Amino acid sequence: MLAPLSWLKDYVDIDVTPKELEEKLFSCGFEVEELIEVGKDISGVVVGLVKECEPIPETHLSLCQVDAGSHGTFQICCGADNVCAGKKFPVALVGATVYATAKDHVTIEGVMTIKKGKLRGYESQGMLCSGTELGLNEDLYPGAGYNGLLILPDDAEVGADVKPLLGMDDWIFDIAITANRPDCQSIYGIAREVAAVLNKPCKEPALDYTETAVKKEGFTVNVAAQDLCPRYIAHYVYDVKIAPSPAWMRRRLALVGIGSISNVVDITNYILKELGQPMHAFDDSFLKGNAINVRRADDGEKIITLDEKEFTLNNSNLVICDGERPVALAGIMGGLNSEILDTTTEVMFEAAKFMRDNIRKSSRALGQASDSSAMYAKGVYEYTTVMAMKRALHLIEELDCGKVSSTHVEVSTGNSVDPKEMKVSVKKVNGVLGIEVPDEEIIRILTNLNFAPVINGDELTLQIPAYREDMDSYPDVAEEVIRMYGYDHVIPTFMPTAEVTLGGLNLKQKSELKIKNALCAAGAYEGIHYSFFSPSDLDLLRLPEDAPQRHAIKLINPINIDLSLMRTTLVPEMLHAIARNQKKGTLEGRIFELGNIFIPKDLPLTEYPDERETLCVGVFGENESFYTLKGLAEVVAKTLGVTFTYEPATKTFLHPYQTAEVFCEGTKIGYLGKVSYEIADELDMRVQAFVMELDVRILSQWYGKAQVFKPLPKFAEEKRDFAFVVDKGITCGQIENGIKEACKYVTDVQLFDVYEGIQLGPNKKSMAFSVVFTPAEEEFNSEMVEGFVKKILKNLERKLQITLRA
Amino acid sequence: MKEKLQKIRERAIAEIESSDGLEKLGEVRNTILGKKGELTAVLKGMKDVPPEDRPKVGQWVNETREAIETILAEQTKKLEAEALRLRYESEKIDVTMPAVKPAKGNLHPITQVRNQLTDIFASMGFEIYEGTEIETDYYNFTALNTPQDHPARDMQDTFYLSPEFLLRTQTSAGQIHVMEAKKPPIKIISPGKVFRSDDDATHSPMFTQMEGLVVDKGITLCDLKGMLDEFVKKIFGENVTTRLRPSYFPFTEPSVEVDVSCFQCGGKGCKLCKGTGWIEVLGAGVVNNKVLEGCGVDTNVYSGFAFGIGIERIAMLKYGINNIKLLFESDLRVLNQIDD
Repeated sequence: MLAPLSWLKDYVDIDVTPKELEEKLFSCGFEVEELIEVGKDISGVVVGLVKECEPIPETHLSLCQVDAGSHGTFQICCGADNVCAGKKFPVALVGATVYATAKDHVTIEGVMTIKKGKLRGYESQGMLCSGTELGLNEDLYPGAGYNGLLILPDDAEVGADVKPLLGMDDWIFDIAITANRPDCQSIYGIAREVAAVLNKPCKEPALDYTETAVKKEGFTVNVAAQDLCPRYIAHYVYDVKIAPSPAWMRRRLALVGIGSISNVVDITNYILKELGQPMHAFDDSFLKGNAINVRRADDGEKIITLDEKEFTLNNSNLVICDGERPVALAGIMGGLNSEILDTTTEVMFEAAKFMRDNIRKSSRALGQASDSSAMYAKGVYEYTTVMAMKRALHLIEELDCGKVSSTHVEVSTGNSVDPKEMKVSVKKVNGVLGIEVPDEEIIRILTNLNFAPVINGDELTLQIPAYREDMDSYPDVAEEVIRMYGYDHVIPTFMPTAEVTLGGLNLKQKSELKIKNALCAAGAYEGIHYSFFSPSDLDLLRLPEDAPQRHAIKLINPINIDLSLMRTTLVPEMLHAIARNQKKGTLEGRIFELGNIFIPKDLPLTEYPDERETLCVGVFGENESFYTLKGLAEVVAKTLGVTFTYEPATKTFLHPYQTAEVFCEGTKIGYLGKVSYEIADELDMRVQAFVMELDVRILSQWYGKAQVFKPLPKFAEEKRDFAFVVDKGITCGQIENGIKEACKYVTDVQLFDVYEGIQLGPNKKSMAFSVVFTPAEEEFNSEMVEGFVKKILKNLERKLQITLRA
Repeated sequence: MKEKLQKIRERAIAEIESSDGLEKLGEVRNTILGKKGELTAVLKGMKDVPPEDRPKVGQWVNETREAIETILAEQTKKLEAEALRLRYESEKIDVTMPAVKPAKGNLHPITQVRNQLTDIFASMGFEIYEGTEIETDYYNFTALNTPQDHPARDMQDTFYLSPEFLLRTQTSAGQIHVMEAKKPPIKIISPGKVFRSDDDATHSPMFTQMEGLVVDKGITLCDLKGMLDEFVKKIFGENVTTRLRPSYFPFTEPSVEVDVSCFQCGGKGCKLCKGTGWIEVLGAGVVNNKVLEGCGVDTNVYSGFAFGIGIERIAMLKYGINNIKLLFESDLRVLNQIDD
């Protein structure tokens, strides 16, 4: 919110510097996002009296002798058409800074420093300035919009700095207002806070006016939608003379970014900024039926707003109607059919409170917004609504642009605009803060905030002004006290009255961290990806139409289609991450992510979906393989103290012969495999990639497995090597199982060689295993081991029809 | 005989001293001291020596053998040392050549910061509660004193999944679940992903927050300040101090923004703190009675404080990461830089 210092000074005697005021506001909860110095770029410009002015022959220039008071008299060449002797103009002395303008004399191109110069052989010591060169326009200072010199008043003191004279010594505070303080979305609202923090009184804006006996007979206001409009005030003004506003009002509006339109319209804008109350002025001659009706729009009803846009309305939009038709989109914008024109002679002023949520929703739904709708969306208090109408009528008189009739119609649901009594315990107020604020300080602070405090023992009685709807109970009072008393009074303590609690990670949190750390130790980096993904990601995986992953939760209002589904698999984001890395020249790496996938129980959601913790690991590079990724699966298994087994499988996005499903103690927990060539090509991958996805939720049942020490074997282990010639279709896992199940003393089976060659015959391979037998009760002798070996060979022959390599 | 031995001795010494390798030395030992060696031959010839001379000759032979062996041992040692030296020399390497890197990854910077925070708060007696990413309107807003038409709803752009369900915009949603499930004393932190419809250079539609909540008897604003002072010292350094300033959150009253003294310039003012000497790090406040009462907590007995920390912000401040988007792209050139 923009608040010019000069405007604030209307209400408060501010005797601190702008910088100090910024700090004071900051300390009591109003962060000044920017402190703008109005004439910041202008320096060294003083009032100059042109004493002599002679045209320079054959040019458009004039040679002037300019009296700059104590600074001296200077010869200046000037090309403006309105330069003349006897008038006063701003003169930029040598060394001054002013705005440089383009050839059009209007467009500002930067700041320039005035130097001594020579024009057509004539020395020029300075420059006479236009309004634009000083950063002014017609609204900021009358005459400043002229494409020539800015003429200063005849009584301006020669040699004096022009900045105070032109209002350029002003400051504008751009203040951030928190959502609980809509009462501070105005200059006067801020002024109340400034007064409180500076310990000064705050003057109320002038609200007096005189009603004439003139009445608009039979005029009625009917509020049908009282739930959306708790207060509506209409006042009729006549003998209106539409004209430009006075310079002071135009300047103030310009400082807060509003262009002047005409006196009546400017009054409504002025009040919006001064008091935070949106107002509207209808040309009464266009209002039909001598009535105002506030109602919900009919479905399909149409209105054309002031900016000539047509809207088709529905029952959720609030409209202001005359006796026949909508004349304004309530709180958002007036209708074109009743706008103030230069010819307007009668005005119906509106000051109303519309419910914030309705205005906000209508504004969003219709895509139509204004300063008024923005203000309503923040919140407007009825206290201000009442005050604003008085202020508008006062300004009508002050600007002498109309007569105030005695037709004043106010329809309200009966909300009080008087202060509300509130009683709180001083002890409780201090209890929130943890310090004892002296009673005198509490009284001083709350008096400054217009709460009229009285302390009687522990009881603090307050009269809360109606513009402070945020004040509800003792913590609110505590906040008011401490923000003015100062947060530096808060003394750090460490919960002396609290019970001792045991904190720390739970088993799930510890186990997940353990898995992550183990993967890091195995060379993988943790990545974090968005929880939402794109429908095209499901297509990327070539998932069939009925795949469960396609049953994903949709965002109603996604940023874009690529972020529109809650992910049902972590793989697509992993594939994109791998592809991105390769594009940036990283051609090997390991990435993992432990995050949630979202499985809806119903769509659209009516109950919490299942958020399943899932682990995705992706590896890529020439040295990676199915088996290196399988190694990372084994890292997870080892971390949890469980055994994984693998069975060949297929996935639509993985290599048909390099994919396996992973089982933990017999339960399927996920899969791994090589990314298919189709997808690698589609993503422009330069090197092979492998991915794995494991359901960590299932794995969590093995978290916290007891760690039990197994004594080292008492007796020497025996080791035997076997080489088999087998059909290519036989898997290592089948042989391993065949070996293990044949003998209970087998504690380890390791494949150590695989060989294929013509001498073995087609479709054959040789596989060599090393098998360890660990004795339990007694030392093995060679006959016993021979017995084990025989059992193993017999089992393999029976189950897999394989024999030892000859 | 004596001359013969003398000759053997002289020749042996000459050969030993001139031998240039252990192999050669072995040959010398063999030709002289070996089974068929010259000295052995002398001993074998003892039977031809008159018996009375035998002790003397035996002594000469032994002296000769000892002398040769001594020299031999010396020379062996010398040559062994030389051989070792050569072996070492032959294995000279360029120590500036690249290391064989062991496989080693690291946790995500967000996880690292999250772990640092959870460690600090766990040591203060906080448990860790992880809520769900998908929440209801009630837990994310209404129960946090932000009913449907509340102005604070405009503070955050929410992703909706259905009229009732949304992506949580704040980990504060977890507060309510905890208070519904557990009676005071409560000390929890709740880290997790949150979502807002913001997507520009400084905003990511997903980011990470950590909510903290304490509810117990007699908890005050001073306790909040005391705990935050400890926390910032542990995370940013011993000399860092905090500053509270008024702010607004619907679920706390009073609400504060917490700034820390700039840990880069010590408060003098620098680029990091934009010349103010202070850096905004978190929002906090005394838990709003309406929130406590909504969860059935007796506000005549209990009070509490809550705080919310943006984990990316801490990570970016701590490690100088300049763009939040980098955190979610899994660019290994980014991920491998921070191992704190």
